[in-house]
Amino acid sequence: MQFTRRNLLKTTAAASAALAAPHLWLPTASEAWGATLKKGEPIKVGLLFSLTGSLAVPEEDSTLVMQYAIEEINKAGGVAGVPIEPVIVDAKSDFAVYSEKAKELILREKVIALFGCYTSASRKAILPTVMQRDHLLYYPTCYEGAECTQNTICTGPLANQHSQDLIPFMVQQFGKRVFFVGSNYVWPKESNKNAKVWLQKAGGELLGEEYIPLGSSEFGPVLNKIREAKPDFIFSTVVGASDIAFHKQFKQEGFKADKMPIASLTTGEIETRAMGAEFGAGHFLSAPYFQSLDNPTNNKFVESFLKSKYGKNGTTHYNMEETYTSAYVFKAGFEKAAAAVGFENVTPRAIRDHSGGVRVEDNVSPEGLIWIDENNFNCWLKPKIGQCQADGTFKIVKAADSHVAPDPYSIYPDAGVCTKDGLKSPDGKIRKSVI
Amino acid sequence: MDLGSLLNALILGVSIASIWLIAALGLTIIYGTAGVINMAHGEFIMLGAYSSYMLQFYLGLPYLLCLPASFVIVALVGLALERGLIRYLYNRPLDTLLATYGVSLVLMQGVRLIFGSDPKYLAVPEMFQSNVMLGSASISAFRIVVLAITAFLVFALWLLFYKTRFGVQVRAVMQNKEMAASFGINSGRIYMMTFALGAGLAGVAGALFGVLAIVLPTMGASYVVQAFLMVVVGGGSLAGSVVASGVTGEMQSVFAFFTNDTFARFIIFVLIVVFLRFRPQGLFAQAGARR
Repeated sequence: MQFTRRNLLKTTAAASAALAAPHLWLPTASEAWGATLKKGEPIKVGLLFSLTGSLAVPEEDSTLVMQYAIEEINKAGGVAGVPIEPVIVDAKSDFAVYSEKAKELILREKVIALFGCYTSASRKAILPTVMQRDHLLYYPTCYEGAECTQNTICTGPLANQHSQDLIPFMVQQFGKRVFFVGSNYVWPKESNKNAKVWLQKAGGELLGEEYIPLGSSEFGPVLNKIREAKPDFIFSTVVGASDIAFHKQFKQEGFKADKMPIASLTTGEIETRAMGAEFGAGHFLSAPYFQSLDNPTNNKFVESFLKSKYGKNGTTHYNMEETYTSAYVFKAGFEKAAAAVGFENVTPRAIRDHSGGVRVEDNVSPEGLIWIDENNFNCWLKPKIGQCQADGTFKIVKAADSHVAPDPYSIYPDAGVCTKDGLKSPDGKIRKSVI
Repeated sequence: MDLGSLLNALILGVSIASIWLIAALGLTIIYGTAGVINMAHGEFIMLGAYSSYMLQFYLGLPYLLCLPASFVIVALVGLALERGLIRYLYNRPLDTLLATYGVSLVLMQGVRLIFGSDPKYLAVPEMFQSNVMLGSASISAFRIVVLAITAFLVFALWLLFYKTRFGVQVRAVMQNKEMAASFGINSGRIYMMTFALGAGLAGVAGALFGVLAIVLPTMGASYVVQAFLMVVVGGGSLAGSVVASGVTGEMQSVFAFFTNDTFARFIIFVLIVVFLRFRPQGLFAQAGARR
């Protein structure tokens, strides 16, 4: 092709049309999406997780366990008698891709709900789309709160549920001097804000607070400061690969888990296996689920999941279990909505409206009975504290006596209370879709 | 905050510097000799970690033997890559950048397909999992191992480049390929061997980093930026990379000691940008090097 002005213009025009194409077909909000559910056709749901890139380690497991749950539900007769069909996409650990794929799933694939994300950053990347289309996101992992969207159902622990028992337990067992270490993004910072409230109530003393860039594996300077501060224990919100590096270097630098344990919100079975059990042994984790939970439902879940083709990574994990229960929360919500408005009229909004109070009983939920809050659509659950043993499994050292209420604004009383219609400020005003 | 703690930070700085340097060594040699911008360097590091993991897992090889073995394995991968792809792209630095980026994606996904994306575990002898007191400073035994291996490799490379016939040839090719060729030096062979050598060094780095952090298909990405930084600041020479790693490693440790880790990284990047504004060729650029 000759490189002439005319050709250049033609190519540029063609290229820009091609680039713009994904946006051109997007319908406007008003025609967002019609009733596409037909009796006899499967119910489509979108699985929006990363299968490649830096977030693939936890999120690939989420996709696998979600497929397992869907297969299990379908075998048992599906949802309202109709099988679920997962539409699986790869978000590539890239926030722009999350947002683009969310649009694609909602508008092109016409899924009735999205299951996805592991980090708050990716959730915040897709929330504008989800809210604009009045769609529904199941967010099945730890969550920092301070959002009130009317479009999210969360089955993981909120910040207030996570550290409410952990901090007093650690202060009581090891002493009141504590050092906070976290990854440098929104979830650890919000979680630490919550933890400080519980620390103050427990009479603890915060010696220092350090944040490490996400993905960093150099903990020398932080450990140097910890050595200097001599805390009684460390509270960690370090995530992912960094978390493994942190635990390894902690032991390699001569710190002892029995003298200065790390109390973490994220270091579970996947992490301890990856770092080597000897680096995890002695440290603590707060989570609603551990693989070692001894109850008939969990024993069956662990055994049959690991035997299935989806259990190839060889472990179950709190994050996977929260994803698994989210499938059953969806089933219960959908069936309630279908009973109320009729199968063909079920919309994401209808599912959400009928999900308040839905329960996943202890013969289905491996962590035991959970239910969805009527107002903020987070999960009532029982946080547990586990201590990592020499073989990498966790021993439950404390379990909450009763279910803990999810409270996304527990440390922001001035902001108000999240209700199903919006954030209700103390002066009585209700604001919708607060993120 | 006293003198002892500052000493602590300084010693730690040396250790951070050695980690940055060992990540950068192979890259420096490949870039310095052949002018190839090797975007797959991080994946060479990853391959080194996986080689050690395999040798341990399937053959039960002790950790210290995994280091030289990883060198050999990744050097062979480098050799194959050079013969199959890179040698057609010499003197086209931007094309090598694109091609090696593609290679990095292929390697990353290939390893992921074979081993899955779950992290692997690299075992090290118990004796390396303790700390050593140096006066009032405490440093982990494994960091001393990294430091010692880095020092050994730098010394060996210095011997190789400055005391052997091969080294003279490499330096001749670096300075003027055509002139060297007219003296009967086979520059293609020199390029091939330095590429394999650089890859092998990345392999050793991987075997070390797998112990400090994590063995994952994506692990390379976190080291390659650091490595490039050292090469650019150093100017592409071995001495440059040594000094660049030393200075930035110390700065990282000391700034982090007085402020925090995130701020230390930020300030280092600012200083590097300012430095490159006034000295774009880096610390010690070789005079007359032809790229």
